[in-house]
Amino acid sequence: MMEANDNLTSGPKIIEARKVSVRFGQQQVLRNIDLGVPQGQTMVVIGESGCGKSVLLKTLIGLIRPQQGQVVFDGHDLAKLNEKDLTRQRIRFGLLFQSAALFDSMTVGQNVAFPLRQHTTQTDSDVQHLVLARLAEVGLPDSVVAKRPSELSGGMRKRVGLARALILNPELMLYDEPTTGLDPIMSDVINELIMRSRRRYPVTSIVVTHDMRTARKVGDRIVMVYPVSRLKPGMPQIIFDGPPSELDRIDDRQVLQFVRGEARDRLMEMRESYSDFEVDTD
Amino acid sequence: METSLPSQSTNPPRAAFSDWVADWGRVAITATETLGDWVVFISRTLSWLLVRRPLKGTLVPNFYQVGVLSLPVVALTGMFIGMVLAVQSHFQFSQLGLETRLGAVINMSLVRELGPVLAATMLAGRVGSSMAAELGTMRVTEQIDALESMGANPIQYLVVPRFLACLLFIPTLTVMADLMGVIGGYVYSVLILGIDAHHYWYNSQQFVGTFDFFTGVFKSVFFGGAIALVSCYRGFHCAPGAEGVGRAATASFVYSFVLILVLDLGLGIMLDSVYYVLWPEGSNLF
Repeated sequence: MMEANDNLTSGPKIIEARKVSVRFGQQQVLRNIDLGVPQGQTMVVIGESGCGKSVLLKTLIGLIRPQQGQVVFDGHDLAKLNEKDLTRQRIRFGLLFQSAALFDSMTVGQNVAFPLRQHTTQTDSDVQHLVLARLAEVGLPDSVVAKRPSELSGGMRKRVGLARALILNPELMLYDEPTTGLDPIMSDVINELIMRSRRRYPVTSIVVTHDMRTARKVGDRIVMVYPVSRLKPGMPQIIFDGPPSELDRIDDRQVLQFVRGEARDRLMEMRESYSDFEVDTD
Repeated sequence: METSLPSQSTNPPRAAFSDWVADWGRVAITATETLGDWVVFISRTLSWLLVRRPLKGTLVPNFYQVGVLSLPVVALTGMFIGMVLAVQSHFQFSQLGLETRLGAVINMSLVRELGPVLAATMLAGRVGSSMAAELGTMRVTEQIDALESMGANPIQYLVVPRFLACLLFIPTLTVMADLMGVIGGYVYSVLILGIDAHHYWYNSQQFVGTFDFFTGVFKSVFFGGAIALVSCYRGFHCAPGAEGVGRAATASFVYSFVLILVLDLGLGIMLDSVYYVLWPEGSNLF
């Protein structure tokens, strides 16, 4: 595992979290996270709901400022950049939100064109051409351009979000729960699109998910984050960091339970906390 | 796992005192944080206003929403208030035989106070709440994060156009409320109560000056700015969920309304002082 890990973590890092801690009020969500992603890698962050995966993603892109530690993107400490420089760096990111986060006051076409309109001076016909090309790449017909996001299905919205995130050819793509809430076929379509965008463009990707199928399929490296509230003293928050193949050989109980989807320990814990909670002992 | 209960203190008065101090400390910290957030929000809005011109595509819909779609409701409110003023004042004035002075009272109240305050209140209710709800929904559904992640500044993109729309168009709404109020007051006083039109207008002209009209319009600019800032701030700091959005919309109206009244008093006192400095011999009322 050590050798495999060295391969996964060596090389120049495009983005790096250094001793990052984030808390909201009294609640600590991230504690001392050290994580670097080498150029070209697809890193998957897994973990149960509420463990801080999405917060980690938003911290990496500078949407959340950590109370401690720093996030370094291509040699720039995000916290030290002024608004203008931060904007310049953000153009190099693409982020697919869990809910797709399409602007519902705009049409699909305007949504996908948004980054182009903000940061380039391309003509209307060039913009239109690029928008249609990106929509075609994610398998959407020209007819969706004039539709409003509310008229689309969840899978279509995710694909529009992906087209929008990819339109400026980002160097770093971040996916927040890309397959959550989708049917198995559409989930696989999204997985395929994630892999395809990596094949077409030299992009580094961070995928946050609790879908193990996605994790195994798209990831070069898997990182498992554990909720701070459940951590024992002295235990690091990242409890697994290695290639997907390593997941099957690992003997760590907490990692195994998550990977296999076994809830027994958690149910027993619930029974101890709430006497009314019943657990079948069969 | 045992459920732990808060331990009973051996010294109740001392514990109560420390709780009291802690509670007040928490209130002070929250208040300071909120004030700090406010100052940062306002200064960022003002600095973006100066740094970069907003895109036409973001301005026009907001101008239309504030400047055009709000006109009918403001006109209607102004008209009714003008008539209500006539109804309420007529009885008192008729006892003294001063019916023809109604024009002065109605028109003075309208242009100095009721026109601007009512236009602002209608704007806070109609536009302010919807701004808070819209931005709140955008916050809850991560659209504001999406804007930021795509290198668009949410303050510049969302707040500045709304702020400008309220600032630039509330004077027109105020003038509309004034005008319709004057018409409403005239219609009720002259056409229904039968007061002599010539004296009604003559008295109005005698007492209502340009400065009074200016006072109303000047105050309205501050009301408009306050409504936009309060509403956008509430939307930006919206709590999660449908309840959060609802609360942001309600709070934006309540806070805007309170702020309108506070500003009205403060600006009223300030403008009166300015008036007496400029015309020390006294106002044109006496």
